[in-house]
Amino acid sequence: MTHPYIPNAEPGVRARMLAEIGVDSVEEFYADIPAGLRLARPLDLPAPFTAEQDLVRHMRGLFAKNVEALSFLGHGTYPHYVPAVCDEVNTRSEFLTAYAGEPYEDHGRFQSLFEYVSQMGELLEMDVVNVPTYDGYQAAGTAIRMACRYTGRGKVLVTSAINRDKLSKLRDFLSHDTEIELAPVKDNGEFGDVEIDDSYAAIYLETPNLYGVVETRGRELAELAHAHGALLVVGTDPISLGVLAPPAAYGADIACGDIQSLGMHQSYGGGHAGYIATQDHEPLVAEFPSRLFGIAPTAVEGEYGFGDVYYDRTSFAHREEGKEWVGTAAALWGITAGVYLALMGPEGMRELGETILARTRYAMDALGSIVKHAGAIHFREFAIEVPDAAGLLAGLRERGIFGGVQLDERTVLVCVTERHSIADIDRLAAAIKEIL
Amino acid sequence: MNSAESFAELPVKPKPAIRRFHQARWDEPIIFELSQPGRRGIAVPEPGAPKVELPDSVRRASKPALPELSQLHVLRHYLRLSQENLGVDLNIDVGQGTCTMKYSPKVNDTFMADIADLHPEQPVESAQGVLEIYHTLERMLAEISGMARVSLQPGSGSAAIYANIAMIRAYHEANGEGHRDQVITTMFSHPSNAACAKTAGYEIITLMPDAEGLPDIEALRAAVGPRTAALMITNPEDTGIFNPRIAEFVELVHSVGGLACYDQANANGILGITRAADAGFDLGHFNLHKTFSTPHACGGPAAGACGVSEKLIPFLPGPVVDFDGSGYVLTTPEKSIGKIRPGLGVTPNIVRAYAWIMSLGAEGLRTVAETAVLNNNYLMHKILQIPGASAPWDKRRVEQVRYSWQELSEETGVHSEEIGVRAADFGVHYWTSHHPYVVPEPFTLEPTESYSKEDLDEYAAILAHVADEARRDPAFVKGAPYNSTVHKIDMTPLDDPKQWAPTWRAYVRKHLS
Amino acid sequence: MTRVGLVVNPVAGIGGPAGLKGSDGPEVQRAALARGATPRAGERAALAVRTLRAARPDVEIVAAPGPMGEDLLAGEAPSAALTTAADTRAAVHALRDVGLLLFAGGDGTARDVLDAVRELAELGCQAPPVLGIPAGVKVYSGCFALSPAAAGLLAAEDHDEYAEADVVDLDEELYRQGRVSPRLYGTLRVPAARHRLSGRKASTPPGSVEAIAREVVARMEPGTPYVLGPGATTQQVGRQLGLATTLLGVDVVENGSLVAADVTERDLYELAQDAVVVLSAIGGQGFVLGRGNQQISPRVLGRTKDLLVLATQQKLAALNGRPLLVDTGEEETDSRLSGHVRVITGYRESVIYRMECT
Repeated sequence: MTHPYIPNAEPGVRARMLAEIGVDSVEEFYADIPAGLRLARPLDLPAPFTAEQDLVRHMRGLFAKNVEALSFLGHGTYPHYVPAVCDEVNTRSEFLTAYAGEPYEDHGRFQSLFEYVSQMGELLEMDVVNVPTYDGYQAAGTAIRMACRYTGRGKVLVTSAINRDKLSKLRDFLSHDTEIELAPVKDNGEFGDVEIDDSYAAIYLETPNLYGVVETRGRELAELAHAHGALLVVGTDPISLGVLAPPAAYGADIACGDIQSLGMHQSYGGGHAGYIATQDHEPLVAEFPSRLFGIAPTAVEGEYGFGDVYYDRTSFAHREEGKEWVGTAAALWGITAGVYLALMGPEGMRELGETILARTRYAMDALGSIVKHAGAIHFREFAIEVPDAAGLLAGLRERGIFGGVQLDERTVLVCVTERHSIADIDRLAAAIKEIL
Repeated sequence: MNSAESFAELPVKPKPAIRRFHQARWDEPIIFELSQPGRRGIAVPEPGAPKVELPDSVRRASKPALPELSQLHVLRHYLRLSQENLGVDLNIDVGQGTCTMKYSPKVNDTFMADIADLHPEQPVESAQGVLEIYHTLERMLAEISGMARVSLQPGSGSAAIYANIAMIRAYHEANGEGHRDQVITTMFSHPSNAACAKTAGYEIITLMPDAEGLPDIEALRAAVGPRTAALMITNPEDTGIFNPRIAEFVELVHSVGGLACYDQANANGILGITRAADAGFDLGHFNLHKTFSTPHACGGPAAGACGVSEKLIPFLPGPVVDFDGSGYVLTTPEKSIGKIRPGLGVTPNIVRAYAWIMSLGAEGLRTVAETAVLNNNYLMHKILQIPGASAPWDKRRVEQVRYSWQELSEETGVHSEEIGVRAADFGVHYWTSHHPYVVPEPFTLEPTESYSKEDLDEYAAILAHVADEARRDPAFVKGAPYNSTVHKIDMTPLDDPKQWAPTWRAYVRKHLS
Repeated sequence: MTRVGLVVNPVAGIGGPAGLKGSDGPEVQRAALARGATPRAGERAALAVRTLRAARPDVEIVAAPGPMGEDLLAGEAPSAALTTAADTRAAVHALRDVGLLLFAGGDGTARDVLDAVRELAELGCQAPPVLGIPAGVKVYSGCFALSPAAAGLLAAEDHDEYAEADVVDLDEELYRQGRVSPRLYGTLRVPAARHRLSGRKASTPPGSVEAIAREVVARMEPGTPYVLGPGATTQQVGRQLGLATTLLGVDVVENGSLVAADVTERDLYELAQDAVVVLSAIGGQGFVLGRGNQQISPRVLGRTKDLLVLATQQKLAALNGRPLLVDTGEEETDSRLSGHVRVITGYRESVIYRMECT
């Protein structure tokens, strides 16, 4: 058959190529595959839509089965506004369809990823940031592993105000050789009072945490960790850092998290990428499994070249004990986040943070007494406690609202971003009042 | 004769045999150097509600030193950088062997807008369209591999390999055989098999190629035992050679109670020809960004798909998408290794892969495979005519070949990497090989189904031209590139902690202040 | 490098084409000339010099006198002058102030250079880093560039990193009898030829010598003696234990202490009961036993309980599918050791590889 995606399927050219190679049929190329392993029938697949317009019609039919609504869903994937320029840049063929060229023919990829990590470095006040890993889950897992390798210890105290799916991933990634101990949550929604000893590699804190609560005792926890030779690892969404102090400011050794908020659509969970950051401390830099890009001179004055920093990060013996891998992850989302931060600038990030803080507080006030941890500072999310969480969400769905993510039978997590107008929040509040 | 007269001549002379390429060279500053205080790239909505005052303990003390640019200037900067990058859409991208660089149809990109605002935790009844895509793609990949069920959750090939290892461990532990702590792989399987298994705590045993270039089955016999958790193997391997005894490998591992796990990264040449299940594999994975056309995106987001046989279904990452007779629902397998990433998977690439298969069908996929193999053998025929190039082991190849410039390199002192960089002066590139180099001075070409005969002729002609240059003037080739975006880079500062600059702030601190 | 020294062993390689499998010693050299052999070392050195000058026109090349370098720089045709090891050593002494010393020859020449470097060290002089232009019949040492052109290009670069490279040599008498018998003589400081590849897609760094040693140390059991053979990898095991084990000798360690260093076969026999023997492959031939470690004799092996073979994946790859080799001199021992062995290639990493008798 001929097909628009397969130029050499055309019988004439196929015959000429076979003749030039000197074989009669493509079957000869498969002669090493034993007959017993050959599939003797055609694959059983749906009939194709070979005409592009038919495919589009089919796909649109499927998408029509999805329903959108006024959504207050967050819990790790957030409905922030995506500037048009972000989509313009990340749909360019040159970026979208490239892969792993050298820093010559793919100079643009190196420079734009260098600029992404550099802007993240400013936001985080840290000098070393990785080329993105898969998502915030992986970033947290790797950051904790880095702390274990760095300290040579195998136990970590993890906040229990953490997304359950993320905790599932951490268990999958760490449990075979790392003990995960969960820290309690205080009544105000913050990280509980804890003690550690010299067997801990790290304390893992998140802020804002699962409940949207901004942790206020970062410095205290950094001091606790450091007093026992452990590291403080902090998970944070960089979109909060226009207004909130970056982890480095209160003594965190490693920062990590997801960058979906910085210019990626929610895309049913497809917009995630993870960052990991540290100060420029060689033994800790040695523990990054990810690629790090840096500036290098070229043969021409005034020309920026790029390459991999500390390419051979293998000589440190501890690394051998839990070495990880580098592969295709989420580079395009890193480029996009760089575009996002360049558009926002310092003022944009501050204003955005203030808007989210204000609207979150407005929504908490509008929902009144059902709000949990009401005394704490919240960013973007908060929990409400109701008699029947599932019933409330069902009632809201009937009113065209996705009211939040159900955390347990009585708790719902509500998310408010700059995309939610005051009128949207009022509509949610009114609907909840009506149902309750 | 003055130049005006010469320009007036028609017809225009024929083009030279080798394209006179020059990549965009905008000499673009770092974005921080373009910053002017007070400029803005986008406006943010006013709060519309009372401002929240933060205590000092959590308030940011000083503004982040982000660049300040107007919108056009942000756009222009990044468009210039994009022009300084090569993608499949622009070059004859047959040189990144093992990566299956194929055309990602533009129409599939248009579907991204349709899923942009879907949230992974919205009610399943409001996401039936996207769940139908997940379910159908799962069924199609199960048919293509012969596996019983497939999880589309992993974010990449390596993430899928890690998920496979997690299932292998869970399976053995459930059978009271948690003591199995060795994973066997081969030298020409993707190194992520070894790296992921090692991260998961396994001891790694690698089988070297025998004199035929195939993994040594006697070595496997010596390697398997009561500690064997699994064999993790690619086939065809990264050499492009199909291992005809693959079923025996699987049997040997089964005979000691181990599992056989198939890295199907190199499946592009065997779609509809042979299947993982036919060789007896227990589990395996596909890279949707390789075989199933989703774009490589400068290195992700990608997508991986883990397929398992019946006995491993309970261990799949959860949730999986089931059809209950009236609609699509999410269920978590009983002994699931759990959730391994946010959402159900990299949905944009799930949608693209689904659309790609739906545009080809069974016959189309077979044409993909046959054409990829034809293209590879045609290109090999061309490459082997270049003096100094060889394809170690006199074996049949499927969809790619790991070649060697050993002869050329010994003669000229020019390394394979340097030939690759010089090729960039002509608008193409290639990748050498994973380390260590078993094939000396390697380069790995995989011309997929997307390239035309003329593309392959041009690519081979460029390599022949560079090889000839290496003989005539090795120092010139070593000084390349000349027509690329930047000139030869001195990488040495990147390994010196006092000099390296992984961010602009580190560069400013170390070199500009 | 702006100042490069050049020493040519004009008769290196002369025995090869003459079928004499080496060129060590005046009789062999005369025999080769009598068979009509023409020297190759001069030509190969000239190729390296041409490449160096083309890449680095400002380079200053200072050469040993006459046929050992100067003639060649003056453009004269290579002559078949008979030179001796002493001449090579004297030339190295005279050129000790250069930034890099290029020498053309084979493993025998490398040994002579190594001897000169050691003499200089005894005199309190720091010898320059060196780089071999492959021109001999036997070129198994790690101090040689891949080809004369590669040597010239490498010499043209500025280096600030150096590595210790093995000098191995074969016993030519045995070699002529068809037996390859490499022995490690020491190491020479060479420029670290790091050609980096930046556009990597995935990284699994190959196991390093440190990682291999770490795995050996991790496997060590109390109360078991470990016999460490010659070589840099086994020496690294000693280093990680904090012990002063030898590079060229056979040492015994137990419970983290050095029991005996540089032992003889007879001493070893007394110490080897239930010991584990730790060996790395020597030279490019893949010899594990019977070359350079004859102290580990069949009767010693008969008392030991296990054998650990060490090699990087890169070293195994360089064997090109050929097996590792044992030749203890006793058939029964050799055949007992033949088959597939576990080769430690890194921390918790190994390769199953074929070992055969010669």
